[in-house]
Amino acid sequence: MSAQFSTFINIGERTNVTGSARFKRLILEGDYETALDVARQQVESGAQIIDINMDEAMLDSKQAMVTFLNLIASEPDISRVPIMIDSSKWEVIEAGLKCVQGKAIVNSISLKEGEESFLAQAQKIKRYGAATVVMAFDETGQADTQARKVEICQRSYKLLTESIGFPPEDIIFDPNIFAVATGIEEHDNYAVDFIEATRKIRELCPYAHISGGLSNISFSFRGNNPVREAMHSVFLYHAIRAGMDMAIVNAGQLEVYDEIPKELREAVEDVILNRRSDSTERLLDIAPNYQGDGKAAAKEDLSWREQDVSKRLAHALVKGITDYIIDDTEEARLQAERPLHVIEGPLMDGMNIVGDLFGEGKMFLPQVVKSARVMKKAVAHLQPYIEAEKSDGTKSNGKILLATVKGDVHDIGKNIVGVVLQCNNFEVIDLGVMVPAATILQVAKDENVDMIGLSGLITPSLDEMVHVAKEMERQGFDLPLLIGGATTSKAHTAVKIEQNYHAPVVYVPNASRAVGVCQKLLNRGSRDIYAEELAKEYDKVRDQHARKKPRSKPVTLAQARANAFAPDFTEAPVTPKKLGVTPVDVDIATLRPYIDWTPFFLTWSLAGKYPRILEDEVVGEEARSLFADANEMLDNIIANNSLAAKGVIGLFHANRVDDDIEVYTDESRSEVQGVAHHLRQQTLKDKFANYCLADYVAEKSSGINDYIGAFAVTGGIGEDELADSFIKAGDDYNGIMVKAVADRLAEAFAEYLHEQVRKVYWGYAESENLTNDDLIREKYQGIRPAPGYAACPEHTEKQLIWDLLSAEQHTGMKLTESYAMWPGAAVSGWYFSHPQSKYFAVAKIQKDQVEDYATRKGWTLEEAEKWLGPNLHD
Amino acid sequence: MSQHPDSSAQATLLSAAQQRILVLDGAMGTMIQQHKLEEEDYRGTQFADWHCDVKGNNDLLAITQPDIIYQIHCDYFEAGADIVETNTFNATTIAMADYDMEAQSRDINIAAAKLARKAADEFTAKTPDKPRFVAGVLGPTNRTASISPDVNDPGKRNVTFDALVEAYTESTEALIEGGVDLIMLETIFDTLNAKAAAFAVETVFEKLGKYLPVMISGTITDASGRTLSGQTSEAFYYSMRHISPFSFGLNCALGPDLLRQYVEEVSTISECLVSAHPNAGLPNEFGEYDLEAPEMAEHIKEWAASGLVNIVGGCCGSTPEHIRAIAEAVSSIAPRKVPKFEPKMRLSGLEPFVH
Repeated sequence: MSAQFSTFINIGERTNVTGSARFKRLILEGDYETALDVARQQVESGAQIIDINMDEAMLDSKQAMVTFLNLIASEPDISRVPIMIDSSKWEVIEAGLKCVQGKAIVNSISLKEGEESFLAQAQKIKRYGAATVVMAFDETGQADTQARKVEICQRSYKLLTESIGFPPEDIIFDPNIFAVATGIEEHDNYAVDFIEATRKIRELCPYAHISGGLSNISFSFRGNNPVREAMHSVFLYHAIRAGMDMAIVNAGQLEVYDEIPKELREAVEDVILNRRSDSTERLLDIAPNYQGDGKAAAKEDLSWREQDVSKRLAHALVKGITDYIIDDTEEARLQAERPLHVIEGPLMDGMNIVGDLFGEGKMFLPQVVKSARVMKKAVAHLQPYIEAEKSDGTKSNGKILLATVKGDVHDIGKNIVGVVLQCNNFEVIDLGVMVPAATILQVAKDENVDMIGLSGLITPSLDEMVHVAKEMERQGFDLPLLIGGATTSKAHTAVKIEQNYHAPVVYVPNASRAVGVCQKLLNRGSRDIYAEELAKEYDKVRDQHARKKPRSKPVTLAQARANAFAPDFTEAPVTPKKLGVTPVDVDIATLRPYIDWTPFFLTWSLAGKYPRILEDEVVGEEARSLFADANEMLDNIIANNSLAAKGVIGLFHANRVDDDIEVYTDESRSEVQGVAHHLRQQTLKDKFANYCLADYVAEKSSGINDYIGAFAVTGGIGEDELADSFIKAGDDYNGIMVKAVADRLAEAFAEYLHEQVRKVYWGYAESENLTNDDLIREKYQGIRPAPGYAACPEHTEKQLIWDLLSAEQHTGMKLTESYAMWPGAAVSGWYFSHPQSKYFAVAKIQKDQVEDYATRKGWTLEEAEKWLGPNLHD
Repeated sequence: MSQHPDSSAQATLLSAAQQRILVLDGAMGTMIQQHKLEEEDYRGTQFADWHCDVKGNNDLLAITQPDIIYQIHCDYFEAGADIVETNTFNATTIAMADYDMEAQSRDINIAAAKLARKAADEFTAKTPDKPRFVAGVLGPTNRTASISPDVNDPGKRNVTFDALVEAYTESTEALIEGGVDLIMLETIFDTLNAKAAAFAVETVFEKLGKYLPVMISGTITDASGRTLSGQTSEAFYYSMRHISPFSFGLNCALGPDLLRQYVEEVSTISECLVSAHPNAGLPNEFGEYDLEAPEMAEHIKEWAASGLVNIVGGCCGSTPEHIRAIAEAVSSIAPRKVPKFEPKMRLSGLEPFVH
């Protein structure tokens, strides 16, 4: 079971307005944020439960309790532990119980007001699903002697368990810790009374627990912390042995029993155990000797700097702190026999912790990448020494070649996989982007790698991966092949790639899976077992795929065209204010507010919608840190002009001819400048049309003058150089960050430009006034579908956009042989203005449309099948 | 297990659960969708003049299209379900506010319970050796008592515990009035909401002097293995254990492949029956659930064979076809043995804490 178990529990006491002057001041001033820090510090310093008390005359205690508990609920660092709701007022307790989703503890109820109200409250507590502290207090008062403590607790226990079935294990008795060494003789035996009562109650009340407020015991030594702490330690030492298993303490401020100076310990022990009649005087005599040397107050966050160097290195790696890494690495190097041992020893140990935490879901991807940055800095520092020794380098787990396939320029995911693998001591050879099969295979041979990983984002890359697999088979390779990237899938891997290559072909859905997969593949034995599992799994996927009935019935192209969407053209299309081609440059600062952040987090494997993700229980903290880093990056980019955004738009006379759109050179509409070819949905539609983008443009024969727009934008002029400069400096984290940010800027640019087109250049929605959120939700008139995506999935159509816009000349953006755009942070597409235009997915098409499309494009059937592959039935 | 089985139906249910794996029904929404109902269908004659759109208010159909809902219950019983869930996922006053229908909540709950009751009684009469049961569903509502709706104000809440208790009290009373055999809190994503529901249910039981078995089923939203409100499944169990549930388990959000590890976890910690009704896979790019009946049944069969479950069924995307396959797959497999643990204080924050 994952739950913690220990025989003694610390309950944090600092979030208590009656016990902590500082906490009280913070709450009275309404500074809840700092008050939360108090709670956090307690959990960090080891409190397993936190006690919260708002009983203060100057305060609306109920409101303060509710506010604070609600705030805690948003802080996973704090709310991971159970809460103790502490108040002498039932209404405050009940209000608190209504705010906690976990199973909490009530502190406290008692027989003070009689059995009826005691049981009524206990019944309520049970119904709210909480445990409870029961004070040794009855109708006649608070129990001070051993006999009274035992009597009241036993009576309470019987009432609770027998009359209302309260679970005995959810009862915690507080038999009252009172101050000793007060100078009043009757008080001398209080500690002994408590300890002995504890022993008895544990015996008489099975499964119940014993707790108490520890600081009461030393009340008479206020102002002398060393003596107070010694009293706490000695008291606990004996009470725990008697069966006390919980206490409200200042976690992290407990003196270790054995480390109390002997003279002090004995004097304290005399007081606690009431061993001599003059014990109070004796303790008073020596107390001043220990005064003043109070424990260092609130421990600085830098306490980890005091640990030994290997612990410091591990801490820096886990926390991703680069500030001291060079100094610490150097110190470790001086201590080590050989510089290599620093890597193999403390640094790898630290990275193993990181690997384990990541594997257990306790660290998130951005943190791991930051850890890698620290590791790289340390290794870079050691490198010259290692080379001076002419050592043959560290022994890695294995060697992996990574490449984005030919025709594709997208590499964020691949880079993340590379970093994660390096963190786990794999040697990674990253060939970058647009790598031809021949190069991949040549390097694999030359470098004698252990496996090859292929990545790709656009759909034509799928075919290229098939090609690489076939080539590997032909050339007699036996290396495992890993497949990853946004358009890849287990089904595609099973159906299209795996059967072309005899060695294991593994689909890796995300970076966190990569390490496990690679480890299994490295060892021949585990590789074979894994390969067998995979083969079975793929058979199943293939079988499922083959049996898959089409979701809806296909129709012929003629039938689909007969059910085309017929928009309302009674109102004539708006003539664009500025026809022709217009290059648009805009500074990054202008684009910034247009950024849609949600996909940015997804890039880093943090799922959730912005801005909610920033407050997410699980990934919120990491999301906030990532968001801060991204914004810092943006600040720097803006300050240093290190990235540029370039774009171009064009607005043209156009009309529809069947499923094509003719773009004309001028208003005479006599000369065709280019033809955009579109695809039509080809499944049986019940209540909708069979959509095709061409439908949104008025038919040529209608005589209506209509228009179409095109755009190409990039937010990434300079992204490769900037990313490389980080990566060269060992900072993969910011290397990946540059591209992730540039991607967002390109999308923001597209959003910004579309708005400009609607309001200014085309001007069909001059009075539009939308927030960024509205923009993200596409609440505007018109659409901007991008070739390669659902509504126009065929990639080669980008060429027409490039030709119409002279895009390369205006922006420097290029198309690869697979029609990926370079730089990678780029968007291009069409503008349709019709108010009824909307996005749709073409999805599966039939052979008759493939043939028709081939004719329209002037392609052979084979060419058409290649480019339309993802939309074909197989 | 509930300590108060007070009718013969409940006694039958308990003894059935000891002998075999019980089968729940599958998705209601998926089945309703197939009817492609339009605004006027939703309105029916009863709400023809309602002042706002009601299309999508599936729970209203208990009143306006009772035949459809009744038939879906019958289809699931026919497929082999032991227990069907009432069509009341959104029938609390809180969720009904979306359609200005708070005032109709009670009638909808009663009508829905009666439809399921009628179907169950007919099937019990047909196959007396296999009595059928009705679980009255209390959905999660569309509000969260422990999560702020406003990132800039983390202390804010859009619903209070008391408001939830009030709404759940009304629903529970109506469901019982309509004749349900059990109460089921399902698709729980915020434990505080569920605690309010449990509070309401226990208060109603006490008031009526009638104690029904309560099923609790939470939702693990993603691979983090936690509920939306951030608890691990073990922590979540400790938050709900005080009502001595008839069963504890998981439903929705994930398909059986991804849900398995959490079902296993729940199975090791629960001192009551364990239920699981996953989605039929994850939605594809068209928002449809792809996992076909034989494959889903194969997954669930493996759970049963591994001794993880006592009650199984389907959530989003599952159909009578799925339930038939599942019922057949588990028919000859013994139910999970309910373990007994030493009494310990089992507390929780987002994480469990046992002492």
